[in-house]
Amino acid sequence: MAREIGDVILKMEGISLSFGGVKALTNISFDVREHEIRSIIGPNGAGKSSMLNVINGVYHPQEGQVTFRGEVRREMEPYLAAKQGIARTFQNIALFKGMSVIDNIMTGRNLKMKCNVFQHALHWGKARAEEIEHRRKVEEVIDFLEIQNIRKTPVGRLPYGLQKRVELGRALAAEPSMMLLDEPMAGMNVEEKQDMCRFILDVNDQFGTTIVLIEHDMGVVMDISDRVVVLDYGKKIGDGEPDVVKNDPDVIAAYLGTSH
Amino acid sequence: MSDPRGQAELNTFPRLLMQHAQQRPNRPAMREKEYGIWQTYSWAEVAQNVRAIACGLAELGFKRGDRLGIIGDNRPRLYWSVAACQCLGGIPVMMYQDAVAEEMAYVLQDAEIKFAVVEDQEQVDKMLEIREQCPLLEHVIYDDSRGMRHYADTFLLGLDELQSMGTAHDKNQPDFLDGEIRKGQPDDVSVMLYTSGTTGKPKGVCQTHDAFIQSAKGGCQFDKLTENEDILSYLPMAWVGDHLFSYAQAMVSGFTINCPESGETVMTDLREIGPTYYFAPPRVFENLLTTVLIRMEDASWIKRKVFSFAMDVAKRCGAEILDGKSVSTSDRFQYWLANLLVIGPLKNVLGFSRIRVAYTAGAAIGPDLFRFYRSIGINLKQLYGQTETCAYVCLQPDGQIKLDSVGKPAPGVEVKLAESGEILVKGPMLLKSYYKRPDATAESINEDGYFLTGDAGFFDEDGHLKIIDRAKDVGKLNNGSIFAPNYIENKLKFFQHVKEAVAFGNGRDYVTAFINIDLEAVGNYVERRGLAYSGYTDLAAQPMVLQLVKECVEEINAQLAADPMMADSQIKRFLILHKELDADDGELTRTRKVRRKFVSERYEVLIDALYSGKKEQHIETDVKYEDGRQGKVSADLKIEEAKTFAPQAAKTAA
Repeated sequence: MAREIGDVILKMEGISLSFGGVKALTNISFDVREHEIRSIIGPNGAGKSSMLNVINGVYHPQEGQVTFRGEVRREMEPYLAAKQGIARTFQNIALFKGMSVIDNIMTGRNLKMKCNVFQHALHWGKARAEEIEHRRKVEEVIDFLEIQNIRKTPVGRLPYGLQKRVELGRALAAEPSMMLLDEPMAGMNVEEKQDMCRFILDVNDQFGTTIVLIEHDMGVVMDISDRVVVLDYGKKIGDGEPDVVKNDPDVIAAYLGTSH
Repeated sequence: MSDPRGQAELNTFPRLLMQHAQQRPNRPAMREKEYGIWQTYSWAEVAQNVRAIACGLAELGFKRGDRLGIIGDNRPRLYWSVAACQCLGGIPVMMYQDAVAEEMAYVLQDAEIKFAVVEDQEQVDKMLEIREQCPLLEHVIYDDSRGMRHYADTFLLGLDELQSMGTAHDKNQPDFLDGEIRKGQPDDVSVMLYTSGTTGKPKGVCQTHDAFIQSAKGGCQFDKLTENEDILSYLPMAWVGDHLFSYAQAMVSGFTINCPESGETVMTDLREIGPTYYFAPPRVFENLLTTVLIRMEDASWIKRKVFSFAMDVAKRCGAEILDGKSVSTSDRFQYWLANLLVIGPLKNVLGFSRIRVAYTAGAAIGPDLFRFYRSIGINLKQLYGQTETCAYVCLQPDGQIKLDSVGKPAPGVEVKLAESGEILVKGPMLLKSYYKRPDATAESINEDGYFLTGDAGFFDEDGHLKIIDRAKDVGKLNNGSIFAPNYIENKLKFFQHVKEAVAFGNGRDYVTAFINIDLEAVGNYVERRGLAYSGYTDLAAQPMVLQLVKECVEEINAQLAADPMMADSQIKRFLILHKELDADDGELTRTRKVRRKFVSERYEVLIDALYSGKKEQHIETDVKYEDGRQGKVSADLKIEEAKTFAPQAAKTAA
């Protein structure tokens, strides 16, 4: 069964990141286990997105180390992250607006393509066989996300909720072992959120993909996460199972404010 | 003729299927889009799969005469399950896939269903929900295994597993299934279809192999359908029309069924398949046309000009060319040009390039809509039938299309009119019985073997049947001529400015009507003419609006006058109601049908005024607002006289 939480696969230790004088993250450590849904929550500016960027190597922290599947690194590199099966989506959708849904999802397969640009341009022989194979994978993703009816629509014409789903699709197309989702439900209505939750749970369940999730909707986070990390002003103030985190006085203070 | 397998007589569906598998093993029987690519199943493959499912069901303990519930979208494997069930002498019972669990529970209980084949997790969940209420249900078999990994219940089984069980069974005992197929008789019940149950509880209509095969044969012969047709099967399998057009006719003539990828992709699939034979309710045709017109409004002026030229030409001679009537050379040339520039590409976009025959039924279709499709060369026709008659009573013959008739009795069908005007039908397509309802069966079939349709109609001079109303709504004017309120109201409602109408006349000297205007359409109309108005009541009282509605009424009168049966039903006096008829006030049902009795009691003073020769009438009405508050609307309504036409003079006036 896929949904059995395994060993720790990602370990962040003593991560500190600053931009000039701004300290985005201060000495943060946490880990992610195989097949789990791990959420990072915190108020605006808490450093959640920075944390994701450190995980997949877009930001290089000044201190600390990242251990992914046993390999200890001072810092991750984006191409390494992608190669090792870490895919991500973005807070403010980063799709190619003028391209169709199919083509957008196809870009998620880029790393897996072996033929060079000239072979693909000629679309002959090996390149053609390769494209057929990848197209099939893309179609499986489309089927999984139930977006058959928009497969040829330019992404820019789709409503926001569907664009988010397409972005999830692109991440899925890379057949990742770990997915970093940056606010996948921001700006959605209740129904869209429900759909998205179902897809995230299905991905986790069917493919066993480990999911690291940033989300503001507490209801959603508490419902679907296995464990939650809470950040505030770049510091970790809580870590544990949803029920524990929910009742932690520090977390409540960070969210609701407290009298000083 | 000697036939070793005893299938010389192709009088049951399983025999037909096996025959196709032998005669045209490689022709496509079904297509389904999977992962973006159309997959084809040949007749031989279909037969193979049906055998496997049938044997699998038998292994599970499915017996002759058992009912098999089938729930889901139009999927090849669900159609195969229908055939598999019939192979074993079982009775498939299709259910509407969007019905809620409770409604399904009723059918499952009523039909005493032990086995069900369902499409996916959604339907499985419904079955689990109502399991307690349906103790007879033993096995639920699902087609799509997605999301089903955690369902450990032994009550559930994947169709894949069932098929592999069946394949093994078929290999070990190859004679078993052939024997079962041989046992099938043409007058066995082949399918049970539930009526919609708008009046009372749904009833299971039992139809035999013979009824559906005869109906399908008649239809295929009538429209010269061959094995080369392609049909898109997207209407619910539980509906009699789909069972006739997709299942029965394909089994009879061996043509290809195409299953759309999903409910949302039907338009794309339609375009990719380009069916030659097509069925849609009027609403679908209307939506298509609206989409086209909206897109044309956004087009550049050159394109709009070319489009309107083409539409003018098509309106002038398109339908005549389609019917093979004589048309002047210049018109022919212009139509050729219009076809090249606009009509051809338009049909291509709609997916109608290859259509030979298209049907619509289920509701009245607007004359403009009907004419539009015919004028662009689509052989759109109307038919008439009900679940109890395999949807096969009347069909419009090619080249003899009349807007407001449903055509001539189909081959093998006898239609006659009762004293009351009710349509009675007889033929091989009649139901065998209502399931477990001998009382209802006896009520609906008279001693001479005619089925009472409950519809009222008459034959015109060319022998075409016109449906006018439900028989119970039809009344008589004082001079004895027939009064069919729905017929008149539908005609009025075809005008975009008229939203609702209520006609009166039963037991009166002449016909009168209440009219509700369409706020949006009429509002637009007066705004373009620079008139301001404050709301519905104000708009309804504007002289300009009265004049507009009067023109509509008079046009209807001219049409009615042209029809000898209906000439007396011309609307003499009418008024525009000061408020919209509303379900919240009890004037309409929730499905937006007028509650005649309630309306005539509530507005008695208005009806009296219509028949008393008054020019104006004051009315005050209680209304309920959406937030539950009560209020009053009052107005002085003007009563208008409309011009009527003498029956003979009508032809020139119209």
